[in-house]
Amino acid sequence: MQSSNWNHFEHDADIGLRAAAPTREGLFEAMGEALTAVVTDPASVRLEQRIGIHCEAPDDALLLVDWLNALIYEMATRRMVFGKWRVALDGYQLDALVEGEVVNRTRHRPVVEVKGATYTALSVEQDASGNWNGQCVVDV
Amino acid sequence: MDLNRLEHTSEFCWQIPVEGPMNVPGVVFGDREQIMQMDDKVYEQLRNVTHLPGLVGAVYAMPDAHWGYGFPIGGVAAFDAEAGGVVSAGGVGFDISCGVRTLHTGLTATELGAVRSELADSLYADIPVGVGSEGLISLSDAEMDAMLCGGARWAVDQGYGDLEDLNRTEERGSIAGADPAEVSSRAKKRQRREMGTLGSGNHYLEVQRVAEVFDSVIATTYGLSIDDIVVSIHCGSRGLGHQIGTDYLREMVIAAADFGLVLPDRELACAPILSPLGQRYLGAMRAGMNCALANRQIITHLTRGVFGRLLPGARLEMLYDVSHNICKVETHVIDGVERELFVHRKGATRAFGPGNPDLEPDLREAGQPVLIGGSMGTGSYVLAGTTESETAALSSACHGAGRSMSRRQARRQFHGRQVTDELAERGIVIRSPSSRGVAEEAPPAYKDVDRVVDIADRAGLARKVARLEPVVCIKG
Repeated sequence: MQSSNWNHFEHDADIGLRAAAPTREGLFEAMGEALTAVVTDPASVRLEQRIGIHCEAPDDALLLVDWLNALIYEMATRRMVFGKWRVALDGYQLDALVEGEVVNRTRHRPVVEVKGATYTALSVEQDASGNWNGQCVVDV
Repeated sequence: MDLNRLEHTSEFCWQIPVEGPMNVPGVVFGDREQIMQMDDKVYEQLRNVTHLPGLVGAVYAMPDAHWGYGFPIGGVAAFDAEAGGVVSAGGVGFDISCGVRTLHTGLTATELGAVRSELADSLYADIPVGVGSEGLISLSDAEMDAMLCGGARWAVDQGYGDLEDLNRTEERGSIAGADPAEVSSRAKKRQRREMGTLGSGNHYLEVQRVAEVFDSVIATTYGLSIDDIVVSIHCGSRGLGHQIGTDYLREMVIAAADFGLVLPDRELACAPILSPLGQRYLGAMRAGMNCALANRQIITHLTRGVFGRLLPGARLEMLYDVSHNICKVETHVIDGVERELFVHRKGATRAFGPGNPDLEPDLREAGQPVLIGGSMGTGSYVLAGTTESETAALSSACHGAGRSMSRRQARRQFHGRQVTDELAERGIVIRSPSSRGVAEEAPPAYKDVDRVVDIADRAGLARKVARLEPVVCIKG
């Protein structure tokens, strides 16, 4: 499920990502979109290449950090930005297909590279109404 | 930060007294107004760090301290390995050995004047900067390992600079104890195309004019006079350091319980220095430090190439190169006894005072140059380490202005084009691939660097030597 239910929250030096979604999968996808938005407008990204990502972790919060760090790694080594995220979760195992393109400095006007996802202000929680909420600060 | 929670111990020094699980006090440097303006998160994070085992003395926050992750930015903490001390990947951060290198040019502002714009264009063209940029140097596996062991010395051996450069580089350009085998293949892959790149965010290359000299004796020793043109390079260990931080933070977060460590914040992830994980991290982190030193050395070489073409009379000689995101083994005198400590400085600069045996003989009388970066519209500073700083904060000083506004706030308040135009009116030429990036780095998004440095000087952390004004800024 693609979602635009995300925002960036204030952090002195870096950038906080926050998202909410009806499903855990949707939350992880929305956090992927929030991550791209640190670098460029997700809507500007053409879906030209697709890659697979696998992560597993001991809990949801660490899985979120692993997911964001996997995206950061692929962005850094492939010089890509992503515009579509499809996440499947099985317990604390994540399999995803993400789509995007190689950075185009003229069209994307990329703002900043993301160094890594931190464990500061990190959370993944399901609220009383069943929605999933998550947040993470990324270092830029 | 709430002053009522602090004890005012001297004019610019405030203490968080030991209570509960704190092992040592927290110490914050600043005047009343600065402390009040600091985010409460600095208090919280400083206090959290004091819970770690094996700490010695106190945990310090420099006058530019702000909310970081785990440690506050501007945080200093030292650990004794034999007392159960830890090494913290969170306490070093992702940008291992991020630092500043300042070069003389032998030129004056008048000599630069006519070619300023052309110089900006050429530096921007020749030095890879910003997201998606790639270095011109691609390393084989063996070359990568050699670089990770050799640092700036490796770069000089490859022809990127002169042996004299190493004499003015922290640790003579090469950190001992690096272990490339403990650096993951992912980290090495991430670095493959990033040698000699500036990066983005607050990283920059600036051409600067010496606008003011405060201590003429030390300025003369450092080779600085009014109107001199210098070049400052601010960047770090690029993708390799970022991935080492990512890899070891995760491992330390998961291993914390096995070590019996109760972390008030997962980002304080650490391991006992003497544990296999602690030793592996130190080997990898030192490799990251060498990567940063090599990176700044290669950028120096590229910069010399540009100046050589446009200003053949220029001679870009080193003033100094010092990092501000590190964990290093240093000897400090604690209660009259020399102790070997693992000093973490996260957004804080080593500031060895006069007489320190680790300094080159020609710097030993003046003390170590301490290089403080401002924003692209304000000044930067050269300070000198002091004797008093050893007892005040383990020979540490601030590292920059520190942000006063989040990136999001800055983006809402400023437009990149407008910032660039306003700076151009003041004679500062900006070149950057990202207008939004320029907005996020707008000068008002930073604290007043003059005030931060003034407090560092008055608190005895480092002595003001010279103020540098930007002339050209290449910004990621």
